Amino acid sequence: MSATTAALPAPAPATRRLHPVPVRIMHWTNAVAMLVMIGSGWGIYNDSVIFGGLHFSKHIKLGSWAAESLLWHFAGMWLLAANGAAYLTYGIVTGRLRERLLPIRMRDIIQTVRDTLRLHVDHTDLTTYNAVQKVLYIVVILAGISQVVTGLAVWKPVQFSGLTDLLGGFQGARLVHFLGMAVIVGFLVVHVALSLLVPQTLWAMLTGGPRVAQKGARP
Amino acid sequence: MTSPFRPARVPDPAILDNHQPLIRTLQRRGLLRGGLSLGALTMLTGCDLEDNASIQSALRAVSGFNDRVQAALFDPNKLAPEYPASRVLKPPRFNAYYDIENVKPVDGDAWRLELAGLVADKRPWTRQDIAAMPQAETIVRHVCVEGWDYIGQWSGVPLRAFLERIGADLRAKYVAFKTADDYPSSIDMATALHPQTLLATRYAREDLADPFGYPLRLRCSTKLGFKQPKWITAIEVTNTYPGGYWENLGFNWFSGI
Repeated sequence: MSATTAALPAPAPATRRLHPVPVRIMHWTNAVAMLVMIGSGWGIYNDSVIFGGLHFSKHIKLGSWAAESLLWHFAGMWLLAANGAAYLTYGIVTGRLRERLLPIRMRDIIQTVRDTLRLHVDHTDLTTYNAVQKVLYIVVILAGISQVVTGLAVWKPVQFSGLTDLLGGFQGARLVHFLGMAVIVGFLVVHVALSLLVPQTLWAMLTGGPRVAQKGARP
Repeated sequence: MTSPFRPARVPDPAILDNHQPLIRTLQRRGLLRGGLSLGALTMLTGCDLEDNASIQSALRAVSGFNDRVQAALFDPNKLAPEYPASRVLKPPRFNAYYDIENVKPVDGDAWRLELAGLVADKRPWTRQDIAAMPQAETIVRHVCVEGWDYIGQWSGVPLRAFLERIGADLRAKYVAFKTADDYPSSIDMATALHPQTLLATRYAREDLADPFGYPLRLRCSTKLGFKQPKWITAIEVTNTYPGGYWENLGFNWFSGI
């Protein structure tokens, strides 16, 4: 935790929350949209499975049959895409994405993995992400973007035939869309488990978390 | 002659026109209410969402919005990719709301294609009349809403040429189909006029086999498989939303690909 060398200025003139209100709204909107898309996607998948034997139980899918799952999926997509676009725009314009997720150094990743294996991870500072967290957040953001793109290729293989071809045709696009879901679900399992293990992170995403120096005051 | 689409006693169609604005506001109201319901979702974990009628109507309203988005995305000049004949699946894959053993073959000689709605010449057509029209062929991907697909080789009369021949109003909104297996369906006029939309009579250069719609079926390269009614017995050109078998049960009406 050498990042603390840039010690927080004691009398911070202007401070803000670690997670400003727009970030919190977009985070929880995304949570709902993702759950809708995943649950309804599982219902749609069941009608023509990609991996023989892999079915999703009716208890975890959204929609009692394909028509309902499709209605959910094609309604949820607007929420997911609009919220995602707002999040990326906000993150780029305010510099939050770069500030929170970059830089990532190979050395830091190795160090974090080593610390984790020795159960030495420090959670007292919520204001900076460790290198593995940064990598995971970037991966899941890219997976979310990928889901929108591959979703378009599955939805409109004629209107966007070039895109569908790039993904190896209709079944290729379906497979990549499925794998993107698997990446996001894998992330979710870790993300939710860790937020329950370190509840102050969950609390911070609800209430805003600790106050940090206004952007620009930090290196 | 009486339209096969109409009951014996026809209600005045003006009734529908008079109520169009009401229907639209109801949909809009449903969308608003549904938006609120979706927002409330975050607080209602544990509730059984699927039985909630207002959520269902909101989802249907979004589906109606998606119809309009897809109509806007639809490029009337964009052709679906075509494939070599060597990749054609023979026979094609059967799918219907019943099993293949329950297919009831249609007698091609007795068969007539009835016409109704905004059409100048409503004389019924025979198989020979259809065969006398200029023919076209497409080898395109059939995509099922369930997620499977195959490549099929379809030939028959371009629906555009047929509609022009019968003097159909090409500015009408919908082309609706009735079938021998009681599987109504309908498509938008832009798709009906697309160059790869056929009234197909042949598959892989042979007469359609019974399970695949003999003697006449629809084949649009730009729509999902369930929008391709088989054993067509009547066509209507109309401005009144006709719906369809699966569409009425909640599948998206436009279902363009």
